[in-house]
Amino acid sequence: MINPAYKKKMVVVEGSYAVAHAAKVCRPNVISAYPITPQTHIVEDLSQFIADGEIPNCEYINVEAEFSAISALIGASAVGARTYSATTSQGLLLMHEALFNTSGMRLPVVMTVANRAISAPINIWNDHQDAIAQRDTGWIQLYVEDVQEACDTLPQLYKIAEDNEIMVPGMVCMDGFILSHVYEPVVLLEQELTDNFLPPFQPDDILDPEDPKTFGAFAAPDTYEEFRYLHEQAMQKALPKIEAVAKEFEEVFGRYHGGLIDGYMLDDAEIIIMSMGSILGTVKDVVDEYRAKGEKIGVLKVRSFRPFPKEQICEAVKNAHAVVVLDKNISIGTNEGALFTETKSCLYNSKVRVPVIGYTIGHGGRDIRVESIAKVIEKTKKVAKSGITVESQFLDLKEELL
Amino acid sequence: MKEIRIHGRGGQGSVTAAELLSVAAFEDGKFSQAFPAFGVERRGAPVQAFTRISNNPIRLRSQIYTPDYVIVQDATLLETVDVASGIKDDGIIIVNTTEKPESLKLDTKAKVMTVDATKVAMDIIGVPIVNTVLLGAFAGATGEINVESIQHAIKARFPGKVGEKNANAIQKAYKLIKGEEA
Repeated sequence: MINPAYKKKMVVVEGSYAVAHAAKVCRPNVISAYPITPQTHIVEDLSQFIADGEIPNCEYINVEAEFSAISALIGASAVGARTYSATTSQGLLLMHEALFNTSGMRLPVVMTVANRAISAPINIWNDHQDAIAQRDTGWIQLYVEDVQEACDTLPQLYKIAEDNEIMVPGMVCMDGFILSHVYEPVVLLEQELTDNFLPPFQPDDILDPEDPKTFGAFAAPDTYEEFRYLHEQAMQKALPKIEAVAKEFEEVFGRYHGGLIDGYMLDDAEIIIMSMGSILGTVKDVVDEYRAKGEKIGVLKVRSFRPFPKEQICEAVKNAHAVVVLDKNISIGTNEGALFTETKSCLYNSKVRVPVIGYTIGHGGRDIRVESIAKVIEKTKKVAKSGITVESQFLDLKEELL
Repeated sequence: MKEIRIHGRGGQGSVTAAELLSVAAFEDGKFSQAFPAFGVERRGAPVQAFTRISNNPIRLRSQIYTPDYVIVQDATLLETVDVASGIKDDGIIIVNTTEKPESLKLDTKAKVMTVDATKVAMDIIGVPIVNTVLLGAFAGATGEINVESIQHAIKARFPGKVGEKNANAIQKAYKLIKGEEA
């Protein structure tokens, strides 16, 4: 049964509502978004908050598409406004060009991405292809496991992004439908605690006619490279900041979802399953069954995909006998998911020697069953014993449809 | 953990029923989770919604394949949908119909119970919307949830007269399926 003291703070609401509420208590000054399934309920709820006067000192800018939404926030952020948006799939792809502008101008816009597959063929269900396609846009990407984490990560991300040493935009990636449309118990972020945790946005540089500056100006070959270097430096500074902010959040709110990574039954694990997002919940349930049988299986949750926590991943897997990476995306032409490729990459020049295999899973919302996770674990146990035979493959492929 | 699958047609409020069930279970002090079988919903098309209820936090995110309980809002679904699919042998299937359980001839070892939820809805609410009525029947048939918690959940979601009428209909279905009223 639920601890009665904790129950008092919790409500059962839709994930989208909880996220909209979290965005509200972060006190944004400008919100701009365009509705698209499965993000729609988030912006509907925010529109309602605005209409009801529940977000003081905030303007909701209605736009005709996502390119305009992110463009509006670029302008707003440059004058010193805290900004928020939410989108998914084709909407996120439509923002793509301006995502580089946002990060290149070092504007800490924060948005929620309700992850969804991309067209064609058209598909409205969940996978991570939309956000993974933005991995080189220079945005921070944090992937969350449940509704509570989707809420709690928003003020964390504002605090990271708005740090004057960092000043990089970020997205909280939550699984569309699976988290956006689920009803589950959640603590809605308290305004007072959030105010204690998250200071007002005070950028060193803003657009101000009284003190003119230029954002995103022309940079010739003699300076452009230095802009890119400083952007990369900022991302590297975000690595310890993400860890620190997660701990500060825990001190104020009493909840911790991991920093750059998080482990479950990891310390003595011989087989490690790595992944991002809500599938980790199902994986943990399966791992519990294996642990009950005495098998040393553990879970490595990667929370931060950008910046990529190379050191932390190497350290976490160093004693494992085999690692399997589950990716809800694929880089067509490599037959690999992005987390798998990058995990191998960070291990290559390290002293860690462990076989790593990958599965691309859940494409276009294909349901991932407990039995499939168990199948993956069995395959990985074989890899630990006798080496890799298939490096990366699709999970639950329907051969009869090919 | 108890898993419940609700079968209905688009527009019948299957998703709302699953959500209300999760809210009521939480009021009873349990962890809960409700979600639709996400689809491109169309009015009249077969839809499913799911609820999990547990004494422990719920992490599992897959759909429900071996339910403990099944609720069927519309008996015409029995012709096209295998509502008994995967149900546990000691499970219960609750069907909205005027028929007797044995005449439905469902291929299952699970217990089949029927309730004329449409009549209850017409008599008390005045419209043939049966999703909340069936939650009353669910509480009566399974004992998994307090009928008062369901009534609280519906009144919170639909304040005023609508909520009151639904709460009365829930009470009626609860007693009907327990055999306390005819």
